[in-house]
Order: sequence, then C-alpha cells, then structure tokens
Amino acid sequence: MPLTDSLRNDILAAVPSLRAFAISLSGNADRADDLVQETLLRALANIDSFQPGSNLPAWLFTILRNLFRSDYRKRRREVEDAEGNYAKTLKTQPSQNAHLEFEEFRTALDKLPQDQREALILVGASGFSYEDAASICGCAVGTIKSRVNRARSKLAALLYVDGAEDFGPDETVRAVIGGSGG
Amino acid sequence: MKDLKSQASRSTTPGKGGLTPEIQSRIGHQLRAMYDDVVRQGVPDRFAELIKKLDAPGATPHVENEGGSNDNTNGRD
Repeated sequence: MPLTDSLRNDILAAVPSLRAFAISLSGNADRADDLVQETLLRALANIDSFQPGSNLPAWLFTILRNLFRSDYRKRRREVEDAEGNYAKTLKTQPSQNAHLEFEEFRTALDKLPQDQREALILVGASGFSYEDAASICGCAVGTIKSRVNRARSKLAALLYVDGAEDFGPDETVRAVIGGSGG
Repeated sequence: MKDLKSQASRSTTPGKGGLTPEIQSRIGHQLRAMYDDVVRQGVPDRFAELIKKLDAPGATPHVENEGGSNDNTNGRD
C-alpha cells in the first residue's frame, strides 16, 4: 500500500519498541539505532508489499530481526562494549543496587543462545503472541514456546539458583546450566 | 488429579521448565523493565526526520547514511 499519513504515523509509533528490540538483541545502543534506521529505510522502500490491515509492528520487527541476523553472521558482537554502551542509553540512573541487579540480568540475557533470547524478548517484553513471534522468527509456534521456556529456565538458573529452593530436580537445573545438547 | 495437585501447590512447586511462578514473574518484570526503559525514550529526532523526509512528495526512499558523502545519483545543478 502507498505511504499514507496514517501509515507513516503507525511506523513512527513503532520506533520506540523497535529500538528496544534492537538494543535487547544487539546489546549496543549505537548499533541498535543503525539497525532501526536500516529497518525503516527497508520498510519504506518495500511499503508496497505491506498488506493493509495486517500487523505492522510484526512486519517491522521481522525486517529488523532479519537484518540483525544477516549482520550478525558477518561480525561478532563486541560483548565487552555492550554493557557500557547499554548503560549510556538509560535516561534514569538506577540506584546502585538496582543497577547491579540490572547488569546481572543483562549479562545473563547475553549468555542465552540467540534463538532463545529473541523469542523471550518478543513474547516476554514486546508483548507479541506466540503466533506473531513465530511468524517474526519464521518458525513453528511450538518452537517459539519451547525456546521461551528454555530461555526462562536458563535465566533462572543463572540468576536465581541459590534463592530457588523449590527449583525442581537437580537434573533439570544441571541440564539447563550445562546447556546439554541432548 | 494432576490439576488438583498443581493448584494446591501452585506457589511452591516448579511449573513448566522447572520454574516457580515467582521466578517466572521476576524474570518477566526485569525483562520488561529493561525494555520499557528504552521505549520510554520515545522517537529520537533522527528517525522522526527520516520518516518525514521520505514522506515528502517526490521523495525516493534513498537516503544517505548520516555523515555520508553527497554523491547521489542526481546530476549536479
């Protein structure tokens, strides 16, 4: 469809969450904004292929996710850079304690396999349904569900394992921590 | 049977994937806090301008990266 005013506004409205998604994926604020810019350019160049009435945010997220994926293959993430850069994007300076907790969370999130991280973010933070997340990632709904579950388990194991007495059989925890390939 | 059991002990037994509901909600909370922090920053000027520019009549969806050189396909005036 042509780029109408209302479509333009809808795209604009999606920018904040596109940025949040890009930062969550890349862990780097500058890189995230480049990704968003590329996403917008690509979306606008291909606006004719957008189906009116379909899910615009999901369409934009799909573009961003694919860009990130192809880019990721080319250059590895600079992990050391990620935390410092990410902290710079925060407007409100969290308190010392909250900040520590936040850093821990961010670090744990970075340790997840990419498939699991993106699934968890789409469902747990962006608020997409499992169905939408599956279409964004180009996989089955069941695959998304299992990725989200594995992501949560792994995060829990990394972050809260001492506090989690009711965590379940040791095997489960160990399997999660060890990331056993079986 | 299964349902009864899971209801009775909902807050203490691990759910699917070995997680207690409490831990699940903690993860969800932190994830959203991280995400929403960026969402609240709104739309940076850079993107608002980009979209505005492309919306102008006759504009083509071809924009230089910022700081990029000016050698567009246009001839010089």
